[in-house]
Amino acid sequence: MKIELNGETRAIASTTVDAALAELGFKDAAVATALNGEFLPAPAREAQKLQEGDRLEVLAPMQGG
Amino acid sequence: MTQPATPRDFYGTRLSRPLMLGTAQYPSPAILEAAFRASGAEIATVSLRREAGQGQAFWDLIKALGVRVLPNTAGCFSAREAITTARMARELFETDWIKLEVIGDADTLQPDPFGLIEAAETLCAEGFKVFPYTTEDGIIAARLVEAGCRVLMPWGAPIGSGMGLNNRYGLRALREAFPDIAMVVDAGLGRPSHAAEAMELGFDAVLLNTAVAQAGDPAAMARAFALAAEAGRDAFAADMMAPRDMARPSTPVIGKAWLD
Repeated sequence: MKIELNGETRAIASTTVDAALAELGFKDAAVATALNGEFLPAPAREAQKLQEGDRLEVLAPMQGG
Repeated sequence: MTQPATPRDFYGTRLSRPLMLGTAQYPSPAILEAAFRASGAEIATVSLRREAGQGQAFWDLIKALGVRVLPNTAGCFSAREAITTARMARELFETDWIKLEVIGDADTLQPDPFGLIEAAETLCAEGFKVFPYTTEDGIIAARLVEAGCRVLMPWGAPIGSGMGLNNRYGLRALREAFPDIAMVVDAGLGRPSHAAEAMELGFDAVLLNTAVAQAGDPAAMARAFALAAEAGRDAFAADMMAPRDMARPSTPVIGKAWLD
């Protein structure tokens, strides 16, 4: 299916957020996730199913003032 | 106004150096690290952005500094966006501290007070320790305190402008109106003297980024700001003299010889 990962369309085989993160190379990364604009806590990623067109935001620590 | 008997803390955390440093815009990670070491700053502001391959190395660098992180919601233009960012930051950085920014104007980066209060109410109710980036407006401050904020971060001047304290009267009035609330002058400081000036008004710390990161020698500038902030803090605690309109000789007049 196709989802939007950080604003870019990506085709993935995974059906859950947890699996998609591993598939997309974020397996051991320190990241926080939001699905369709709502915060998705890490413990909820495994059970969270993905649907065609979902917007997944994967955020990492960044410099800030 | 006199210094309270016990220094104000930041949600139970006391700082030995009244300085918080941002982590953006340094010429290199090594220079960022040198600036923190030179200043002794114990708080580092950080943010969250889409992972593009550099986030993990940056996070390792910050963890190695041994400082406490204060994540921000920079770039958020609505309460909803800021609230979601704060929730993500709490999980990612494992802290309930959040520097809450809800911006109302892209040119001045002025806080949107309505969105700020709305977001502060929600986040305080969820147990966040909110550090709201606000103006010197006392009514907004009262609403933020009512929402549960125990720290306020009024701006000195627009973010990144380096103008210093644009409204000294407003900042002094704000400081005096909320004697139990810790306050940090955040944004707009360009020179160490601005930091000293803020601390002389009785503020509890200053937060800066651009003035240090964009200096010719960021580490030396970080140290200069730390020294200035401490000097201002000590001066405020020592109770400064009131200014006078006329001169008054400091050398005793009594006993002066008649040499005409």
